[in-house]
Amino acid sequence: MASQTSTIKFQDVNFVLPGGKKLLANLNLQVARGETLVLLGRSGSGKTTTMKLINRLIDPTSGQVEVEGKATLEWDPIKLRRRIGYVIQEIGLFPHLTIEQNIGVVPRLEGWEPDRIAQRARQLLNLVGLDADRFASRLPRELSGGQRQRVGVARALAADPPVILLDEPFGALDPITRRGIQQEFKTLQQELGKTMVFVTHDIAEAFVLATRIALLKDGEMILLGPPAELLESSDPEARAFADCFHGGQSIGRPA
Amino acid sequence: MTLLEFFTHNSGELGELVLEHLFLVVVSTGIAVLIGVPLGILLTRKPGLSKPILGFANIMQTVPSLALFGFLIPLNIYLFNVKIVGGIGARTAIVALVLYSLLPIIRNTFTGISNVDPAIREAGRGMGMTDHQLLFQVELPLALGVIIAGVRVATVICVGTATIAAAIDAGGLGRYIFRGLRANDNVLILAGAVPAALIALAADLLLGYLEKTIQAGAAVKVSSRKLLWTGAAALLVFLGVAYFFLGKGAGRIAVGSKDFTEQVIVGEILAQAIEAKTGAEVVRRFDLGGNLAHDALIAGEIDAYVEYTGTGLLAILKEKPLADPQEVYRRVKSEYAKRFKLEWTEPLGFNNTFAILVRGEDAKKLNLKTVSDAAKVSAQWRAGFGQDFMSRADGYPGFSKAYGFHFEATREMDLSLTYRALAENQVDLIAGNSTDGLISRYGLFQLDDDRHYFPPYDAVPVVRQAALEKYPALREVLKQLGGILTVDEMRKLNFAVDSEKRQARDVAREFLRQKQVLH
Repeated sequence: MASQTSTIKFQDVNFVLPGGKKLLANLNLQVARGETLVLLGRSGSGKTTTMKLINRLIDPTSGQVEVEGKATLEWDPIKLRRRIGYVIQEIGLFPHLTIEQNIGVVPRLEGWEPDRIAQRARQLLNLVGLDADRFASRLPRELSGGQRQRVGVARALAADPPVILLDEPFGALDPITRRGIQQEFKTLQQELGKTMVFVTHDIAEAFVLATRIALLKDGEMILLGPPAELLESSDPEARAFADCFHGGQSIGRPA
Repeated sequence: MTLLEFFTHNSGELGELVLEHLFLVVVSTGIAVLIGVPLGILLTRKPGLSKPILGFANIMQTVPSLALFGFLIPLNIYLFNVKIVGGIGARTAIVALVLYSLLPIIRNTFTGISNVDPAIREAGRGMGMTDHQLLFQVELPLALGVIIAGVRVATVICVGTATIAAAIDAGGLGRYIFRGLRANDNVLILAGAVPAALIALAADLLLGYLEKTIQAGAAVKVSSRKLLWTGAAALLVFLGVAYFFLGKGAGRIAVGSKDFTEQVIVGEILAQAIEAKTGAEVVRRFDLGGNLAHDALIAGEIDAYVEYTGTGLLAILKEKPLADPQEVYRRVKSEYAKRFKLEWTEPLGFNNTFAILVRGEDAKKLNLKTVSDAAKVSAQWRAGFGQDFMSRADGYPGFSKAYGFHFEATREMDLSLTYRALAENQVDLIAGNSTDGLISRYGLFQLDDDRHYFPPYDAVPVVRQAALEKYPALREVLKQLGGILTVDEMRKLNFAVDSEKRQARDVAREFLRQKQVLH
C-alpha cells in the first residue's frame, strides 16, 4: 500500500467557482489513519469546501485528492460516499423516516438484511447515549436538537465507514448541550478509532477533539499542527483564534 | 316530479351514469398523474424546460372544452394500431380531460420536489444515494403531500369538466344536464348536477384527508414492493383504457345526432329504420354538441346523421345564404360530395328554420301576424336569443337589420331557456326553432317570415359515401325515409319527448310503425 498511515491526502488542490472566485488555493494536507483533523477557520475560509472535496460532492479544479490511496476522481462517487460517514450542521435527518430508519439508510442502500439493520440501529443508538427502546420508532421532529444531533452521528457510523466527515455538527446546539456532547463524542472517538475530519469555527471545540488543527483563512491553510502549536503561533489569524480560546476559558473560572 | 322521485325511478340509469362519470374521472386523472408526475420530476432535473412545459399546460387550461373537442375529433392519431386521439366518445373526452388536469399535477410535483430542504438533499447525496435513490427514497416521499394536493385540484377540475364530455357521446352525468337543458327540465339538470357536485366534494374530502395525513409526517416508506404494485396498477389502467378503445367501432353502422331533442328523434328514426331494413348492427352516437357531428362524420366516427341544408351551406361550407330551398339542396349536395365525400340523401320533408315567436296573448292583443307587424311595435320589447343566433351573421345582426328591429334590450342565453323566458315574461320575442314542441307547450305564436329572410333548413340525412358503398341496402332505407316527416309531425314528436317526457326511442318506433316502415 502506498499510504498505510494517511487515509486522505490533498496534493496542490485548488477549487475555483465557475465565476472565477477562488475558494481553495494550493492545499497540501494529509490525514493519518485514526486521527481527528479539525479544519478551523472563519466563515468562508474554505473549511466546508475542503470537506466536500473528500466525498466528491465537488471535484477539484486542479490538483488531486486521494482517499485510501486512490484519487477521488477515480472512485465511483457513490461507492466513495458509502465508505465515508457524513454529518452536517443542519443534520439532514429525513423527516419522513423514523430514527431507526434514518440510521439504517446506508446499510439499506448496501443491501443489509432488515434484522441486521435493526440490530445495528439499536446498538448505535445506545452508543450515542439514546435509549433505543424509547427512540427507535420516533420521528426526527419528536426529538430535541441535541438528540437529533446524536442520531446524525449514529447515522454516519451505521455502515462502519473508515472515515467520517463532520461539518459543524454541533453548531446549532446551545452551549451547555454542546459542551456535554463534545465530551461524549471525544470518548466515542477514542473508543472507535476512526479517521475523522471535523469542521468548526469554535476553537474550544477544536481543542477538545483535535489530534491536529488545520487553520484556514481565505482558502489558504496557514497553519497545521497539534493544538498547542496554534497557541504559540505568531500568525495574526492564529492569535485571533487563540485569544478567543483564552477568553472563552476564563468565563468559567473564579475571578 | 321532484329530484328524489326522479332518483328512485331512475336509480339504474343514474348508477350507470355515475359509473361512467367516475370512469372518465379516474382514468383521466390516472393518466394525468402518470404523465404529470414524471414531467414535474423532469422539470426539477432540467429547469430550462419549465417555461415551455408549464406554459403549454397553462394554455391547455384556458381552451374552452367544446373548442378542444372540435380540435381533437378530426385528429385520428394511432399508436400501435390503437387510436389514441380523435373521434367522438370517451377516448377524446379522456384526452381532453387529461390535458385539463395536467397543470396542477406538473406544477405541484415540481414545487414539491424543489421545496425539499437542500440540507436533506445534501445529506442524502453525502450518504451515497444515487440520483434515482434520492428521488424515490427522499424527494418523492417528502413532496408527496404537495403532489397529492395537485392531484386533488386536478380531480375536482376533472369531475366538473367531465359533465361536458356528454357533448361528444362520452357519457357521464353531463347527459342529464344536457338533456335537462334541452327539455327545459330543472329536475333533469339537477339530477346531473347534484351527483356531480357530490362526487367532486367526496373526491376533495378524500384526497384532502390523504394530503393532511401525509403532510402531518406519517412515515411513508416507498419500498420496491410498493413501487411494483403502483406499476402494476398503472399497467392495469392502461390495459383497461386500451381495451375500452379497442372495444368500440368496427363493422357496424354508426348513426349520430346533434344535441337537441329533434336530432335525437330523427337519429332514432334513422337508426331503427337501418336496423330493421339492413340487419346491420347500429351504434348510436347521439348528443354531439356544436359542429361535432360533422367533424365525427368526416373522421369516420359516425356514418350518418341528419343535417339541415341551411346549416350545411352557411355554417359548414361558409357560403352566402340562398333563398330557394331547391337551390340550397343542390348546392350542398354537390359541394359535400366534392369536398368531403359525403352524400346528402333524400330530404326527410320538414324545414326546421328559425321561428320568430311571441306570446300567444300578445299576438292576439296586438294583432300580430308577421315579423314586420312585430317590428313596428317592438321599441319597448326585450328579445332573448340563443348564443348561436346571436353570433352568426345570418342570425340577429342580419335579421334585425332586414326587419328594422330596435329592441330595448337583447339577452343572450341558452336556446332552450329562451322559450321559458318568453313564457315567463322575461323577454317579449325570441327566435326558436319552427319544429320545437315547446311552441305549443307554452302557447307561443310563430310570426310569418314575410320577407323570407331566413334560409331554408330542410332536414336531410348526410351519409359517408364509403358507408353507402359498404352497405348498399342503406340507400334503399334512406329513399324510403324521403319526405316522411312534415313540420307538424316533427313538432308533435318533439312535444311528445320534450313535454310528455317520453323516450325518443319509443316515439320514433311508434312513428315508424305508423308510417309502416316498421311492422
